[in-house]
Amino acid sequence: MSHNLNIASIRSDFPILNEVVNGKQLVYFDNAATTQKPRLVLDALSGYYEHYNANIHRGIHHLAEKATSAFEQSRKRLQAFLNAEHSEEIIFTYGTTDGINLVASAYGRKFLKEGDEVIISTMEHHSNIVPWQMLCEEKGCILKVIPINDEGELLMDEYEKLLTEKTKFVSVVHVSNALGTINPIKEIIQKAHAVGAKVLIDGAQASSHIEIDVQDLDCDFYSLSLHKIYGPTGMGILYGKRDLLNAMPPYRGGGEMIKEVTFAKTTYNELPYKFEAGTPNIADVVAAKYALDYVDALGKPQIAAHENELLKYATNAVSEIEGLRIIGQAKEKVSVLSFVIDGIHHQDIGVLLDQQGIAVRTGHHCTQPLMNRFNITGTSRASFAVYNTIEEIDRLIQGLHKVRKMLG
Amino acid sequence: MTINEIQDELISDFELFDDWESKYEFIIDLGKQFPPLEEQYKTEDNIIKGCQSRVWLNAYMDGDLLKFEADSDAIIVRGLVSMLVKVLSGHTPEQIAKSDLYFMERIGLHQHLAQTRSNGLAAMLKQMKAYGFAFQAKSVNA
Repeated sequence: MSHNLNIASIRSDFPILNEVVNGKQLVYFDNAATTQKPRLVLDALSGYYEHYNANIHRGIHHLAEKATSAFEQSRKRLQAFLNAEHSEEIIFTYGTTDGINLVASAYGRKFLKEGDEVIISTMEHHSNIVPWQMLCEEKGCILKVIPINDEGELLMDEYEKLLTEKTKFVSVVHVSNALGTINPIKEIIQKAHAVGAKVLIDGAQASSHIEIDVQDLDCDFYSLSLHKIYGPTGMGILYGKRDLLNAMPPYRGGGEMIKEVTFAKTTYNELPYKFEAGTPNIADVVAAKYALDYVDALGKPQIAAHENELLKYATNAVSEIEGLRIIGQAKEKVSVLSFVIDGIHHQDIGVLLDQQGIAVRTGHHCTQPLMNRFNITGTSRASFAVYNTIEEIDRLIQGLHKVRKMLG
Repeated sequence: MTINEIQDELISDFELFDDWESKYEFIIDLGKQFPPLEEQYKTEDNIIKGCQSRVWLNAYMDGDLLKFEADSDAIIVRGLVSMLVKVLSGHTPEQIAKSDLYFMERIGLHQHLAQTRSNGLAAMLKQMKAYGFAFQAKSVNA
């Protein structure tokens, strides 16, 4: 599918793309780590601080009301973004990792017991491994891992074999940050529910590329970060089904999450405030709404069509680089191109591309078990966003030729 | 040569290069020429783990002088490691402990020392100085 986006005009919305790095015009291909922010998000951030900065919910003055209203509008905006049934199912967090920790801690510690099993997959980010390991260690649960094939796709038959009446929780990534693989999460969720397990989806990488409908997916939890969707850093949301969130104990104690406090006993606030102790990241939450407005104005299918064109072009173009091997060749992929070059360390690739003004990510991408599966210590990863162009990919290819020449 | 004389020599070597390519080609060459660390010294004790590349550092006393051998699995880091070894190896522990390394900044490579997590170079430098302090204390106690 082709798109009707005006990429030159989109680029002009992102001031940072004019930066010059090492004497060259910046080529930013580290979008899977974080996306750049359009002008309207930057304006929303400074607008908040310039005009209505106040602590929310308890103030009765004008600024506090304005800030509270903007904050809650963002919640409604995220509810719409995910098509959640209720706005109180949207819990503001510090990011995807925070949301996963919240579930592992608040749900896991209450509802999982010794001998219960938790399933994750080989391609999880450390953020979706370590919280479950911590839980399993504490509760005596068993962690099981869905294997993958050489293309970087989950082995669904093996997944089915892991599912038993002992399975109490399944936590898998929607889109792999290191490979770009889009996982069949709807099927994963259905199969987990069939044995009575709850499911969390790590949506960090998916949310800027794929339309998400949590009701259609029927996932129990979905965690994401706004900074990967052209929004501010330091904030994300956890979606959770209302009944589950209500049944879970609070995760952190403090202000906002209480109804009444005496030294003898504290009663907790209702959703979503029960999980939002302390002054939240108000400015970033407020600005997040504008990022989503920006994405929806362009249209996710349009964005995905452009990114897929870039991916296709880049996948084809890198094949001319001698000794280059793509890691992650799933049939369903987002715009992530992870690769290794025979005899060249990924860090050397990253350093020499940086000298040419090209930003890629190199290393294990916080997926060490996945790297071990492929018998590598890391990859170089170029990940594309809506503002990237074919000309930039040509710069990457030239850059890689230079790397080969210098290190050959 | 003193530590500072070696640093000054490296700085003047790099003054010959007027673009990034020749500068990095030189570092890559240094990396290629640097003798690899013998496998027996590539131990868990000697490894300095960066997020991306690994660096091994072995230290030993040769008479009154503290000597270093090192290695890395990435070639540019290897070249940078070879410069740190060239500057600091073969001096007394006291000289090493007290040394002030300014050449990386003057050559314009200080960003490699700042990326602590990614390449282990800053940790290696810290470790070299720590060896200086440790062997200095040992010789005082002896």
